[in-house]
Amino acid sequence: MRYLPKSPADRIAMLQAIGARSIDDLFAPIPEEYRLQRDLKVPRQMAESEIVDWFRERSRENGDSYATFLGAGAYYHYRPVIIDSLISRGEFLTAYTPYQAEISQGTLQAIFEFQSMICELTGMEVANASMYDGSTAAAEAVMMAVRLTGRRSVVVARSLHLEYREVLATYAHHQNLPLATSPFSDDGRLNLHELEKSISSDTACVLIQSPNFLGTIEDTSAMAEIAHRKGAMLVVSIAEAVSLGIVEPPRQADIIAMEAQSFGVPLDFGGPYCGVIATREQFVRQMPGRLAGQTTDRNGKRGFVLTLATREQHIRREKATSNICTNQALVALMVNIFMTIYGKVGLKELAKQNLAKTAYAAAQFARHAKILFPGAPRFNEFVVRTSEDPAAINSRLLGHKIVGGLPLRKFYPELGNAALWCCTELTTRSAIDTAVGLVAESERSVRGSREEIDAEEVAR
Amino acid sequence: MKHMTRKATRHVSQNEGLIFEKSSPGKAAWKLPPLDVPQVDASALLGSSERRDLGNMPEVSEIEIIRHFTRLSTWNYAIDLGMYPLGSCTMKYNPRVNELVVRLDGLANGHPYQPEAISQGALRIIKTLSDCLVEITGMDAITLQPAAGAHGELTGLLMVRAYHQSKGAPRKKILIPDSAHGTNPATAATVGYAVENLKSNPHGMVDVAALAAQMNEDVAALMLTNPNTLGVFEQEIHKIAEIMHAEGGLLYMDGANMNALVGKVRPGDFGVDVMHLNLHKTFSTPHGGGGPGSGPVAVKQMLEPFLPRPVVLTKPDGTLACDYLRPQSVGRVRAFYGNFGMFVRALAYILANGPDGLRQTTEDAVLNANYIRKGLEGAYDLPYSTPSMHEVVFSDKLQAKKGVKTMDIAKRLIDYGFHPYTTAFPLIVPGALMIEPTESESKEEMDLFIEAMRSIAEEVEENPQTVLEAPHSTRVSRLDETAAARKPVLRWKAGT
Repeated sequence: MRYLPKSPADRIAMLQAIGARSIDDLFAPIPEEYRLQRDLKVPRQMAESEIVDWFRERSRENGDSYATFLGAGAYYHYRPVIIDSLISRGEFLTAYTPYQAEISQGTLQAIFEFQSMICELTGMEVANASMYDGSTAAAEAVMMAVRLTGRRSVVVARSLHLEYREVLATYAHHQNLPLATSPFSDDGRLNLHELEKSISSDTACVLIQSPNFLGTIEDTSAMAEIAHRKGAMLVVSIAEAVSLGIVEPPRQADIIAMEAQSFGVPLDFGGPYCGVIATREQFVRQMPGRLAGQTTDRNGKRGFVLTLATREQHIRREKATSNICTNQALVALMVNIFMTIYGKVGLKELAKQNLAKTAYAAAQFARHAKILFPGAPRFNEFVVRTSEDPAAINSRLLGHKIVGGLPLRKFYPELGNAALWCCTELTTRSAIDTAVGLVAESERSVRGSREEIDAEEVAR
Repeated sequence: MKHMTRKATRHVSQNEGLIFEKSSPGKAAWKLPPLDVPQVDASALLGSSERRDLGNMPEVSEIEIIRHFTRLSTWNYAIDLGMYPLGSCTMKYNPRVNELVVRLDGLANGHPYQPEAISQGALRIIKTLSDCLVEITGMDAITLQPAAGAHGELTGLLMVRAYHQSKGAPRKKILIPDSAHGTNPATAATVGYAVENLKSNPHGMVDVAALAAQMNEDVAALMLTNPNTLGVFEQEIHKIAEIMHAEGGLLYMDGANMNALVGKVRPGDFGVDVMHLNLHKTFSTPHGGGGPGSGPVAVKQMLEPFLPRPVVLTKPDGTLACDYLRPQSVGRVRAFYGNFGMFVRALAYILANGPDGLRQTTEDAVLNANYIRKGLEGAYDLPYSTPSMHEVVFSDKLQAKKGVKTMDIAKRLIDYGFHPYTTAFPLIVPGALMIEPTESESKEEMDLFIEAMRSIAEEVEENPQTVLEAPHSTRVSRLDETAAARKPVLRWKAGT
């Protein structure tokens, strides 16, 4: 086996040094009746070339080279080449948690820079070293608000990503945290009147998403005002990080739970991604997840360590703020490098291109179909309602090697034949025009058949 | 060769500030293509939601970014540089073909919501890995959704709870041995269970009589790590399982130490009902400086209905699909399907090994731990003489007489060119040195390690100060962790 660095002679010499007759001696502590006396039924050992071929085949079966209009919490943005050049360095790739700070300064300083940039972008005062993903970060942020307020119930926006709501429901169920859902209005924004009514004296926080799942940017200042007036916190989930380049961050929020996948992390069929929690300094001791902090060594030289570990499970065990042990360090490093590449000016220009492509696409679709939730600002997603089932239109679009918008029937049945379309800087005008063309054709044919039916009825 | 470091020597270490300190207006590392659609007026579109200022985000060029992160990287120790014997972390070689295949276009750019017709490749990977892991563990079904080991524990206990609930009541508590990882009690608390401690016997194993006395109908499950954190196989595992099952309780296994078992023994065969795996430990996915991990949970048949949604199944026509219609499911623990990129890597590892390679890997891991144990016996105190599997736990008892603690020895080991072992864990061994070499170490590397550890033991006798002040060769000396926690500086600010 090519990963194993021992010759048969080495193994014999080592067994002799130990004083064992054979390797079986070392497995003697395992009761014999449980020892496996056969080969595992897994595929035979493959050569590297065979492994590459096997996965190439899987890649080809997986929409290799399709253009996409899918977003909904996982976004297709360009990933600059140097991200992979740098994260492939063995010193980043094959190190572990920086427990031994003196030989982990690379990882620690990188985390410190990551935390700093997340603070700059979110307008918050502190950010952690990353979490599993946006959905679990949102659930953890809610539990943090419960600890901070001493209240137990939670109001959740219906325009929060369905899967985020499902994850929160799983966590909340066993913590006995009652969840109430707050509806959205015709402009796609949360109904502030309903929101106000749903907050009680036991509401720990209101959890919303902005830009929300329908692509609409929420009025977070108004929501913060309403929540705070009733002694509740505002937790804002941000699933599309690129929006931060051009959309004002929810500075009045108490906790921001982000998904930073858009910042240089590949789609990877849903993960690994990069959750982050950012908040105010006064709440830091109730924040879950790892934190890097600045300090000095014995000679007064600047250095970085993991800090405030007394919140964590390896010290506090069952009294910890969370059971989380790892962060997503390597993915956070991708995010870090991406933020550094685009920086102060590039992130804004990048976000503007997303805005422009989306504005163009929405205007084109609007000529043939109905764009839902007009009136409120949006970033790079919008909802199109067609006469025909969007899944049927999408299957024709697949023939052009284009994946159409996400049909919303499973998410919001009341919206009917609606689909969520997403454009990024990678969406081409020609893909937009092709998709719009198919939608136009669909509308014409539906209208045509309706007119035929009408004509038949008149004839009768 | 006394007190000489044959492995390591000093090298040039570049000073490197924070990236913010290199920034100046007008530098850029990005270039966007010209827009193929009309420009827009952001103010008109966004109104008061428009952001005007991005604060102190940096402005730097591409070469500066390459140098910045390359310089930072050289301050890290890594498996690629040498032995990294962190006990319970299984720091094994991370094969590079795994990194190549995960970046193939169709996989890296696969969207979790793309239609099933063009997701067959990803679903096939999920299905194949699931089948392999079910066979390796001897269980009946699996979910790959949890994002890490602790997340797997959470998922496993949610299923335990749902199972008991389906029988009438969720029960009240979880038994956890005092040698367990801190995540075990933290997870039990998250799921709303009370934690009851279980004392170890003089051999470092579960005290079966104590277990029998503590077991009753309030206990939902025992969370057991096997081999446990001392690297000891629970020899009375069949009795443990019997005691749990007799009272209707479940046996949960923390699979952190699965590297001692793959291909040699299957948890499903010795009575385990539910367990999690760590793909980043046993199955070679990179630790990446602390994540991402992946924590699949394997279960016996009676827990199958409670698996998180969705589950991948084969349709009559042979194609694969996601099944969401699972009324008894514990729900969802993460958006989408889990850390898919880690599934690709873990499967590539299994394919590179095959059944013979997986077995040889386990044998080598156990051989290595025992070789180190033999090499250090006498120089360090061995608190439990019970046979070791894949890791060995010494204590600093002999060195503590000179005022030298496990952390000091660890810091001195850095000067000898190694990453330290796990310090001060498990908690049942005061001053623990927990050493897990994994199968990835050659005899030559381990001989250097043994030599280094024995040399440090001698230094403790002759000149403990050298050890107490270590490390001496790193670019920073010991860092002030107390100050860092007392007045936390958690971000860079302009003008500081």
